[in-house]
Amino acid sequence: MHSLIAAPILVPLVAAAVTAMLWRQPGLQRVIGLAAAALLLVVAVALLVETASGRILVAQMGNWAAPFGITLAIDLFSAIMLVITGLMALAVAIYACGPGAAERDRAGFQPLFHSLILGVCGSFCTGDLFNLYVWFEVMLIASFGLLVLDRTDEQLDGGVRYVVLNLIGTTVFLLAVGLLYGLTGTLSLADLARVAPTVENQAALGAVGMLLLVAFGAKAAVFPLFNWLPAAYHTASMPVAAIFAALLTKVGVYAIIRVFTLIFAHDMAVFGPILAVVAAATMITGVFGAAMHYDIRKILSFHIISQIGYMLIGVALMTPLALAGSVLYIVHHIIVKANLFLIAGAMRAEAGSFALKRIGGLWVAAPALGLLFLVPALSLAGIPPLSGFWGKLVVIRAGLEAEAYLLAGIALAVGLLTLYSMIKIWNEAFWKAAPAPAPAAPWTRREQVATYAPIVVLAGLTLTIGVWTEPFAALSLTAAHGLLDRTAYIEAVLGAASLQLAAPLLSDGGTL
Amino acid sequence: MDGLFIVMVGALVAAAVYLLLARDLPRVLIGFVLLGTGVNLAILAAGRVGAMVPPLVPPGSSALPDVVANPLPQALILTAIVIGFGLTAFALMLVVKVYARFRTVAADDLTEAEGAATPAAATLASQTPLTRQEAA
Repeated sequence: MHSLIAAPILVPLVAAAVTAMLWRQPGLQRVIGLAAAALLLVVAVALLVETASGRILVAQMGNWAAPFGITLAIDLFSAIMLVITGLMALAVAIYACGPGAAERDRAGFQPLFHSLILGVCGSFCTGDLFNLYVWFEVMLIASFGLLVLDRTDEQLDGGVRYVVLNLIGTTVFLLAVGLLYGLTGTLSLADLARVAPTVENQAALGAVGMLLLVAFGAKAAVFPLFNWLPAAYHTASMPVAAIFAALLTKVGVYAIIRVFTLIFAHDMAVFGPILAVVAAATMITGVFGAAMHYDIRKILSFHIISQIGYMLIGVALMTPLALAGSVLYIVHHIIVKANLFLIAGAMRAEAGSFALKRIGGLWVAAPALGLLFLVPALSLAGIPPLSGFWGKLVVIRAGLEAEAYLLAGIALAVGLLTLYSMIKIWNEAFWKAAPAPAPAAPWTRREQVATYAPIVVLAGLTLTIGVWTEPFAALSLTAAHGLLDRTAYIEAVLGAASLQLAAPLLSDGGTL
Repeated sequence: MDGLFIVMVGALVAAAVYLLLARDLPRVLIGFVLLGTGVNLAILAAGRVGAMVPPLVPPGSSALPDVVANPLPQALILTAIVIGFGLTAFALMLVVKVYARFRTVAADDLTEAEGAATPAAATLASQTPLTRQEAA
């Protein structure tokens, strides 16, 4: 057992517990929160170094041998996701020291924030389907609390929409887990991957796959299950919206990729076309939704949906290149999207509003912010040489190679429409004259540093991925090959002898 | 036995869907609770109901007897009940808060978050958040 493998779970767990105990000392909470986020990033990078060659780290919790106990399994894809989670946790933890920090911390931001990170990291580490459900719930309940942190009217209303739809999605997930157990007699992902092709009742297995797709799809905000996202995200306070935009939907995408590459890989003749249609519809509805809005936060929220479509193309096509494109796209998207939300918060602080009609002249008032906005905005639209260009290039090329011309065409067109929305924000917020003299920003030097430091770092990362793509692309490709190599995953978790013992655990042969 | 479970799960889920489609939030919440119960029963049925022998290793032997009840679904359901309880408690408090603030629990009357679609409302709403005290 590798000594670091449980660390991505333990670090945020301890941070959440300690910050909760220090309820009356927000200053101390903030220090611990920052330290924990930095430590998480270090641990995740160490895990990435370990797995970079394609090695899979496995640990059996409580020494219960798989498939009977809970397994933690970290392959390269998981490690990449953990690193990006650590990075986002650190960026948002710093950003959260900016304007409004005192009110947020009094309302319990720090413990909830680290609980959210805990759920996200747990989802990326686990090798057990029911355990994944539990981590989803940890993440969900923390996100409920974070969403209504300020207790404003619109947050309460947005919170109701978010809570109700997610409660249903999560129950569907639970039902799918139960039915899958009834069909296969196991909940370990590796063991499920082993027995799924031998299940007699493939129709029932397909139905379970569909239920899982609905549950994860609702989490990932794919068409037609995306309504909760634009109804809720724009109401959250900015650090919360940034971490939501960066991580929550991506956990859904991660779960879709993980489950469909492992358990339903033999059934992709059915799920491939479904996922392709969902991906295309998600891209289109998201980008058109963004085009009609004039509130920065709403535009950005709809673009999350649109970009989820790109990530699903990889699973729909299931080729190494397409999956590599998905991985690269997720990494690029998380950095860019979180950064755009952070910048939206800075724009609000500089100009006083999120509504494009109310603001303007930011190019004169804050030219640095304008440049910082352009990096992620153009990257989101896929302008070379920024990171989004490479992500889109790989995804679209994979689409062309797999002869999915329609899908590739839609991906191209949606990129163009994304540019339209980004230019809209640029024109309205930065370029046009301010409708009223902008109020002088009443923030301290420290708040300014806390706000701008993560924005600068993330913009720098976007540029780095754009200019120096090779290592990131190579890593994504290795991760994609790892995802497609089911035997290696099964052997790593269950041991080499596992491929022989295929007797179902349940007496009546797995019929339901 | 299986037939009874099927009917029970079906009835619970049907009632839950009916309630989830309702326009007022307490009904939706009860719908969620019923849905959770239906799903928990489905998990129990998926683990096969039949053997009534508790899954205990008898003294002096080192393995379970051949025919015992399956303990795993109960562990899963116990976890699911605890999680469902937590979620329900939070959702209930949210509904109570919503009622205290807006004096309504009808989903149709809640338009605060949508109001942000128009620029004027967005500015109004976004300038108040941190200062506004709770109405309740």
